[in-house]
Amino acid sequence: MKRICILALLMFSTSHAGTLDSVKKNGKLKCGVSTGLAGFSSPDSKGVWRGLDVDFCRAISAAIFGTPDKVQYVSLNAQQRFTALQSGEIDVLSRNTTFNLTRDTVVGINFAPTTFYDGQGFMMRKKDGVTSAKELDGASVCTQQGTTNELNMADFFRTNKMKFKPVVFESNEEVNQAFFKGRCDALTSDKSGLASERTKLKNPQDYVILPEVISKEPLAPAVRHGDDQWFDIVKWVIYSVIEAEELGLSSKNIDTFMKTTNPAIRKFIGLSEGNGRALGLSENWAYNVVKNVGNYEEIFTRHVGNDSPLKLDRGLNRLWKNGGILYAPPVR
Amino acid sequence: MRRGLDHKLVHWGKRNLFPNIAQSMISILMLIIGCGLLYLIMNWFLINAVWKGDSSACREASGACLSFIREKYLYILFGVYPREHLWRPIVGLILWIIFWFHFTKKKNWNKSLLLKFPTLFFIYYFLLSGGWGLSPVENHLWGGLPLTILLSTVGILVSYPLGILLALGRRSKSKLLSYPVVCYIELIRGVPLISILFMSSVMLPLFLPNDLNIDKLFRAQVAIILFSAAYFAEVVRGGLQSLPPGQEEAAKALGLNYLQTQMYVILPQALVQVIPPTVNTMIGMFKDTSLVIVIALFDLMGTAKSSLTDASWLGFSIEAYIFVALIYFIICFFMGRFSQQVEYEFKLSKERS
Amino acid sequence: MEKWWDSVRSSGTLILMNKRFIIKLLLFLAVVGLLITPIYFLTKNIEQQNISTGFHFLSQEAGFELSESIVDYNSFMSYGRALWAGVINTLYVAIIGNTLALVLGVLLGVFSLSKNFLLSKFCYLYLNFFRNIPLLLQLFFWYGIFTDVMPAVKRATPFMGIIFSNRGINYPWFSHPGAIAVILSSIAVSFCLVYLVKQWAQKTSLRLKIAPLIFLFLLVEIAQIELILRFFPLEYPAVRGFNVSGGSSLSPELISLLLGLVLYTGAFIGEIVRAGILAVDNGQWEAAYALGMTKIQTLKKIILPQSFRVALPPMTAQFLNLTKNSSLAVAIGYPDFVSVANTTMNQTGQAVELVLLIMVLYLVTSLSVSSVANMINSKILGVAKR
Repeated sequence: MKRICILALLMFSTSHAGTLDSVKKNGKLKCGVSTGLAGFSSPDSKGVWRGLDVDFCRAISAAIFGTPDKVQYVSLNAQQRFTALQSGEIDVLSRNTTFNLTRDTVVGINFAPTTFYDGQGFMMRKKDGVTSAKELDGASVCTQQGTTNELNMADFFRTNKMKFKPVVFESNEEVNQAFFKGRCDALTSDKSGLASERTKLKNPQDYVILPEVISKEPLAPAVRHGDDQWFDIVKWVIYSVIEAEELGLSSKNIDTFMKTTNPAIRKFIGLSEGNGRALGLSENWAYNVVKNVGNYEEIFTRHVGNDSPLKLDRGLNRLWKNGGILYAPPVR
Repeated sequence: MRRGLDHKLVHWGKRNLFPNIAQSMISILMLIIGCGLLYLIMNWFLINAVWKGDSSACREASGACLSFIREKYLYILFGVYPREHLWRPIVGLILWIIFWFHFTKKKNWNKSLLLKFPTLFFIYYFLLSGGWGLSPVENHLWGGLPLTILLSTVGILVSYPLGILLALGRRSKSKLLSYPVVCYIELIRGVPLISILFMSSVMLPLFLPNDLNIDKLFRAQVAIILFSAAYFAEVVRGGLQSLPPGQEEAAKALGLNYLQTQMYVILPQALVQVIPPTVNTMIGMFKDTSLVIVIALFDLMGTAKSSLTDASWLGFSIEAYIFVALIYFIICFFMGRFSQQVEYEFKLSKERS
Repeated sequence: MEKWWDSVRSSGTLILMNKRFIIKLLLFLAVVGLLITPIYFLTKNIEQQNISTGFHFLSQEAGFELSESIVDYNSFMSYGRALWAGVINTLYVAIIGNTLALVLGVLLGVFSLSKNFLLSKFCYLYLNFFRNIPLLLQLFFWYGIFTDVMPAVKRATPFMGIIFSNRGINYPWFSHPGAIAVILSSIAVSFCLVYLVKQWAQKTSLRLKIAPLIFLFLLVEIAQIELILRFFPLEYPAVRGFNVSGGSSLSPELISLLLGLVLYTGAFIGEIVRAGILAVDNGQWEAAYALGMTKIQTLKKIILPQSFRVALPPMTAQFLNLTKNSSLAVAIGYPDFVSVANTTMNQTGQAVELVLLIMVLYLVTSLSVSSVANMINSKILGVAKR
């Protein structure tokens, strides 16, 4: 009996393989996404997941498998997301999650580079005639429970010595419903999220997003602590997407660079070897990413920029050369 | 003939509604309340209701927006289950209804039920998930009523036997066994289901090896099973306690061992004794499956809730809730009726003996 | 354990041959294994990923606001304080909810057995309807009434000084915080006075009837309240800026939660009371009537006390159910303990500790309520024996 017990324990405790190996073994990447936020991650009418966050999952899949479709999407609410990552239910969390110190340390996760620089704002009904967040004294404000938005909101009203009534719900849908039905005067969330919610409405012109940005919200994918190789892969897949835009590579033109002499591009698409081996991937991983998913500009335009209903300005999310803060270290 | 009926009616009314002043006043009050309620409901639900037309027609009307239900009923009932395979859950549900009518007839209560129920369950599961010729449908596409039924039938199928084991364990003379079981039962019954669901959804993976992965639906199912097993255990224990100790002694005297005693003598009597509370626990469990919405699963309640988020149909939550409430009510009501009927029969047979 | 060891030493092989013992040992090991393996993996996972553990987060600043709290709370205070506010909110709902559900349940139970056809049928319908619909759905329904049916706050008009809107119910209340204490204490004082008068009347064998006494009491009360209102005027709510200000208010979340819990649990308690009354032998009624008691007297003095004894255990279970069900508040945004714990779980990432806290809180509540019920039970049984 004792022997069986020990055997069973041994079987369980065999040191578990690295995330990359288990992803390869399963033949799919398990990617945590939201329960539906248009432009970032939401299922279309056929149930296919689309969005900016989703495209980074597809990019990782392309880097590992050469095809972007070997992803299993796990939709998570705000509460489930970190434990899902900690427990290995997902391999990477790509769910408009704000990068901050607490999460990076005690929550036990590592943040990859920011994929979207955002800031928190307020949305109001136009007929209330409010033009600045400083006029919100005494308002009821809806927000989602357990987000950084909830904390920033308290800080904002505190520093401006205004009173407010928080109305918090567990699910994002509930929060938006409450706001649109008039339970609250204002809705606060990341500005991109507000724009995304507004596009879903029949009468978006009846709502205004106030100009104030009350916080920094760098949204970044995350992986769990304790697997540096996997962290590196996720990190560099994101950098490669940004770097591709800087190098002028896109899904449409990348094949024309196969005979290029530009050393940076040769290194990038794997014509001169080394990057792939360093990461534990095939040498043409970055080529696969750009070919299948595209560079940052393409992803942005497709899901949240001009080709999408959201029509967000790139703002901070421009390349550093163009006045933004997107900056990838050299991919070499 | 007609006068006779009138006379009867008047007589009945006199006796039951207006026997004295106090009773008459109550009756009149109740009539006023009843008519008022009826008027409100008729007005809202029939006269001013919008049967056809879009959401703007609904907003102008003061009554119920039934075109919202017309628009969304398929989604609420079946979620995002692929429309081309919709016949599969429908056939499954019809099978369950047939089984229910079969089950509620007393003459069908025999051991074959122990076989029929799981068999039907596997057919149902096969219909939902596909395979062996049917095209597979992944479980994140399951939703609505079929999912609610799945959660509750699997719940009953697993937690009832588990509950019996726990009840036997609690009554075991060995303290090594009975103490942990008592702790388990009291712990589970002491905390709300929602916390157990949170635990299974948020925490359970932390308690398991990293490479062992269990999907969300299964974890919710485990939570429901663990929860209702404790309640079934208490019900079964009630049945076990109601048997005279002579039964067990007699079985022992006949040379039956523990397992045989329980299987052939004790349990068959004890379980039949507690059919009414068992069915009540099942009703409770059926209603409780609606809590899975808090961990983002789309059962009947979840689909109703998410149908409300459609921006072009904002603000018709009351209609959706009433629609779903009726479904829950019909199912629970029939289960409750069955339990009352059994109780009544028990009383009759006791009085006869 | 020692006994085991002795027996193993004395007749080791013999015991091991014993099948029953081996089966028991296996079961025990299985139970222990079921407990230990998850803990083993938990510690391993936590260690591997460097997740922080322990309860020191309780003293950190919470940083989030609660929409309503009975104890003083703001976002400067600690997580511990926020959780405490959640505990008090839960208890508040539990106490008010249970009281109202008991009243509703007794009324329903008694009326459902009324000879009046309409009344009993109405109660019967109610009992069957509300018990057969999931509580969560009922909560959503009541909340939906607020958000979809009630007028927007800016269009709301006061009705007898009370404003019903999609921001809840605002009613007139004393602007001075001490007013309610003054009122309560003055009522208590006048109670004492009346009691003293009664005592004195008995001593001097002066025969006072009860009716004039009550009349006197009411007169004193009216005068008192009139006087108090003069010093502490009522403040009427009015729409100012975004919201209603002035007076006091009940939020839509709290009202829907209480409505749902009370109507649902009330139906169950009604059924229990009904069964309890039916359990009292019919002869009791007849005997009481024969003694010349009226129906209400019989009910109050004879029937209800007896049925109470039958109904107490299932009733306790219902009280506990209501308390546990109040955790559904998380779905409609009332900051009860589970909801606050949820937020804390999100902000700190310490799921294990918080789920542990939730379980401990509810277990303590359950155990204390059932021990009180047991006490009452034994006391009643004791009375009955005498």
